Amino acid sequence: MGPLVPDLIGNELNFVVAILIGIAFGFILEQAGFSTSKKLVGLFYGYDFTVLRVFFTAGITAMIGVVALGHFGLLDLSLIYVNPTFLWSALVGGLIMGLGFVIGGFCPGTSVCAAAIGKIDAMIFVVGGFLGVYIFAEGYPWFETLYKAEDWGNVTLFDTLGTSQGIFAFGMTFMAVGAFWFTTWVEKKVNGKENPELQPKKLYLGLGLTLFVLGIATIFMPERRTELLADAATAVSNQKMDVTTIDELAFRLLDKDPKLQIVDLRTATEFQKFSLPNSTNMTLEELFGKDASKILSIKNKHIVFVADNEVDEKKAAYIVEELGYRNFSILEGGLSFFKKEILEYKPAGEPKTRQEIDTRKFRQRAVKELPALIQNAKKGAAPKKKSTRVIGGC
Amino acid sequence: MNETKYMNPYLAGFFLGLLLLVTIFITGRGLGASGATKSGVVAAVSSVAPAHAADSKFYSEYLKEHDDSPLKNWLVFEVIGVIMGAFISGLVSNRLSLTLEKIPTVSSKTRIITALIGGALFGLGSQLGRGCTSGSALSGMAVLSTGGIITMMAIFGGAYAFAWFFRKLWLYPGGK
Repeated sequence: MGPLVPDLIGNELNFVVAILIGIAFGFILEQAGFSTSKKLVGLFYGYDFTVLRVFFTAGITAMIGVVALGHFGLLDLSLIYVNPTFLWSALVGGLIMGLGFVIGGFCPGTSVCAAAIGKIDAMIFVVGGFLGVYIFAEGYPWFETLYKAEDWGNVTLFDTLGTSQGIFAFGMTFMAVGAFWFTTWVEKKVNGKENPELQPKKLYLGLGLTLFVLGIATIFMPERRTELLADAATAVSNQKMDVTTIDELAFRLLDKDPKLQIVDLRTATEFQKFSLPNSTNMTLEELFGKDASKILSIKNKHIVFVADNEVDEKKAAYIVEELGYRNFSILEGGLSFFKKEILEYKPAGEPKTRQEIDTRKFRQRAVKELPALIQNAKKGAAPKKKSTRVIGGC
Repeated sequence: MNETKYMNPYLAGFFLGLLLLVTIFITGRGLGASGATKSGVVAAVSSVAPAHAADSKFYSEYLKEHDDSPLKNWLVFEVIGVIMGAFISGLVSNRLSLTLEKIPTVSSKTRIITALIGGALFGLGSQLGRGCTSGSALSGMAVLSTGGIITMMAIFGGAYAFAWFFRKLWLYPGGK
């Protein structure tokens, strides 16, 4: 599951990746014609909308890709960098950049490309960029209030607007296709002729249609997570699941079974107060994340879901099964049952059968030895390491 | 030899989008450009005037957030790649030449000054906007970031709003 950094690709290798990605980025920008200011500003005077076409096609492609990868559980969207929103700073900064765009004729990325192929104006623009950042840095105390005002956090637009991700992605696609059509029309008016680069027409009709269909498809991609969480609630009652009995769990704990991995579904506070050895705390939502996939996909480990009652355990088991994992079971009766019958075991009545005698013996041993193990585990437990969001941005 | 034609814009956009998607999938973050400028400025100031860098809030905040040298930054490496990639592209398409590009009615001096001012405005604006056209607008759009999309609309909206005042820099009678 992505992102691959920092687990599959270390931080040092990531720099090599950065150079390779940069090469591709620079190559594409230059091939698209972003290395000349005349083409770049054409968009603002209506004679050349190349920038808009490239920009929005790229944005839509990546956006649909991100939504799709997230949907199929290939990318943990809670870990990728979402640019933070500071309303006023974003607006004012954007306007200043817009002004810089029509005066200078470049933006930072394109100026680097143009400078690389020998455009002197672009080299000067790059120098200007350093100057601008320097001015900001020196004037930072003055800008700081604006810079940090209206902090909305790392929000996405579908959160802000309260629509579903799919509908929003579709809306953006629809807008982009509309903009492509409209700007082609404007370009034709301004230049008095059709753009020869945009022939044959049929191809573009086809492309537009494909994009439209893809956009519609994203609407009907219900977010898998929401769907599974909802299904989990109704599906639990009539499902057969592997159950680990309380005695079996106690035995494995006493045995210090290295294959045992407990996933504790209670809240973090409850987990802090009391937890079994070899357990890790996770909410139902977190089962979809990268951290969970790391634990769940370890071979030779047997996962036991524990929660206060069996219902929550069954929900987790349902979700995990749907996600394609196999090696797991739930704890018989939940943790409350385990506590009552094992940790606070009090023999009642006389055992009659052979099995009852064995059980009593075993539980009497467990009630003596387990509390120490739990105490030890608590002392030795390393603080939980969670994958955090990637820090990115400019 | 003539310069080869530019790539079809939709095709280029599609490739750029795929690249951005791959970048997000591998690294969890998008593309960028202005961040490298920021690293450069911090590196320069903290090596030329370390005392000043330690005093000033902007530099000290940046240096505190980044353990390593400010130049050991993902975007710095990425931009080095951009230079290489654009150069290769210019080479294969016969577009390498040292020129000051401008329209005939604009003097070289004017073009130099406007390029410098434009760059400075973009540099300043990208700090407020927490990224430029690539880092904030494009990458922000891909992950549907509210801030990124607001910045994107402000960049293009601002450019359209101001375009009329600077039309003489780009348009001249009978051409463009």
